[in-house]
Amino acid sequence: MKKEIPLAITFITGLIIIVTFFIPHQPLGTMQQRLLIWYSIVLGFTMLLGMDSLLRSNLQRIARRSPGWPFALVLIIGFLGTLAAGIYTWATSESLLSLGSSFMYVYTYFIIPLQATMFSLLAFFIASAAYRAFRARTLEATLLLITAAVVMLGRVPIGAEISQWLPDSASWIMEVPQMAAKRGIFIGVALGTIAMSLRVILGLERTYLT
Amino acid sequence: MRVFLTALLLGALGLPLLALEPPSGLQAADTPNDEGNSLTISWDKSPQDQGDADRFKGYQILRSESQEGPFAEVGFAIGGKTEFRDNVEPLKPYYYRVVAISPEDSAGTAAVGPALATAQWFDSSRANVLILTVLICFLIIWYIERAKRGEELFIRKIQGLDAVDEAVGRSTELGKPIMFSFGLGEIKDIVTVAALAILRQVAVRCAQHGTELLVPNWDPLVMAAAQETVQQAYSEPGRPDLYKEGNVSFLTSDQFGYAAGVDGMMLRQKPGAVFFMGYFYAEALLMSETGHSIGAIQIAGTTAITQLPFFIASCDYTLIGEEMLAASCYLKKDPQMLGSLKGEDFVKAFLIVGFALAALWGTTGHLLFKAGHPWMQGVFQAVKNWFVTG
Repeated sequence: MKKEIPLAITFITGLIIIVTFFIPHQPLGTMQQRLLIWYSIVLGFTMLLGMDSLLRSNLQRIARRSPGWPFALVLIIGFLGTLAAGIYTWATSESLLSLGSSFMYVYTYFIIPLQATMFSLLAFFIASAAYRAFRARTLEATLLLITAAVVMLGRVPIGAEISQWLPDSASWIMEVPQMAAKRGIFIGVALGTIAMSLRVILGLERTYLT
Repeated sequence: MRVFLTALLLGALGLPLLALEPPSGLQAADTPNDEGNSLTISWDKSPQDQGDADRFKGYQILRSESQEGPFAEVGFAIGGKTEFRDNVEPLKPYYYRVVAISPEDSAGTAAVGPALATAQWFDSSRANVLILTVLICFLIIWYIERAKRGEELFIRKIQGLDAVDEAVGRSTELGKPIMFSFGLGEIKDIVTVAALAILRQVAVRCAQHGTELLVPNWDPLVMAAAQETVQQAYSEPGRPDLYKEGNVSFLTSDQFGYAAGVDGMMLRQKPGAVFFMGYFYAEALLMSETGHSIGAIQIAGTTAITQLPFFIASCDYTLIGEEMLAASCYLKKDPQMLGSLKGEDFVKAFLIVGFALAALWGTTGHLLFKAGHPWMQGVFQAVKNWFVTG
């Protein structure tokens, strides 16, 4: 019974989701939305699980003086500081998002710059990954290098200045071979998703039932 | 002569020569294929609605529960529009008027109605999806049934999955931990469920070799599922003592915060192998390039097409799209699960033949259309429209 009940729930829920996709009439029409709301509620509660895991693992690292424990300390201070700012704002302002509130101060002057910094690093990582990918060691890599050079030059104003052939070729590459490959992968993913969903609904795929 | 002079005078003063006319052909009807909470109001454009916003503003939609009124405004459609969807209560009669509005004048229609919003039991615009879904599911289930009867099925080698043992073995030899990331996938994503199957395989190998497994998570629900999976996997070879709950932990639900956390763990703990399995966004390259910089053997798998090139450039092996979703079948080699893959391949072959025939039909139809025979292109357009709109 330990496995049969979850399998039955999965089968019935999967079937309901599929059937309600084709039936707009109430109460089936909004069933999918309702199940998503339930999912969001469960997700909200699991944030507590996440916080518990985060705090426990980092406090253990500090207690054991594991390598890099000061980072864990910074994380705990950051976590508690943000939480305190949030509670203070909630108690004193109309909304957590009130301009000038302490929570928005943390968000604007800590979180956004940190996010922007990480995102900016992508430029350097793209350069290093492109350098490795475009080394013309094999025929395929050489073709990739030439194609990438044409697309990159065709997408910037200087490309058209060199030759109108560059932007035209770049557009053709993006619209024909690139799009064909992308759609091929899309169709494969869509069919794979249908097959995987069927395996889950029929109870063949039970990895999630550990 | 007098008419001409009057017209000239009015024109010189910038006044309209013709009075504003209301829209014609006003209709109010139930919106098809909905849950019975809207009506669609349609009309033919007013003659003065010529696309000039300075001369013609749009249409005011008025609604009442009785033909005599009073009518209240429920919406406004800008010039050029000929349809408006109004949210209403089901099975209640409503009357509508539409008033054309110009900067100087307004002209309304007579009331039409009553119109009642009713719910439908079948969304006919999705008939195409239903037919194709039934067909695809039938083929997949048919192959599963054939596999149940013991038919031998072949599955091609997937290098990325074969390399799992190699990656775990290498990490064990180096005495380094192994890292597994689900990216930003949620538990409701089918690709995350597929990634759990790979995690299970990796965890079993880690338990057999006594190698530490680190699973930082972005989603607490995925973390809970991963904890269960890893704990169960460690029990399989009889090493539940090696399982550490703190190694399968939650980091943050912030995208770049998660990337920074994973990068930090990689740089400090130097895993010998890193698995990126699930759904990824811009953080994919940030993490995989860091993994590359520490010399870890990296295996990635995702259905996120935009991130695939980055994984291919920075990882040793990449599972592309459907390979990722086939992982559990490949690793288990269960005949019934392989049967579903066979069914999937059959549908793919069916689609390839279908696309080739459609391209041939469409091209021939276009050539015949130019030669004055439109029937072939007409059939092509009808089939295409059915696929697009149902």
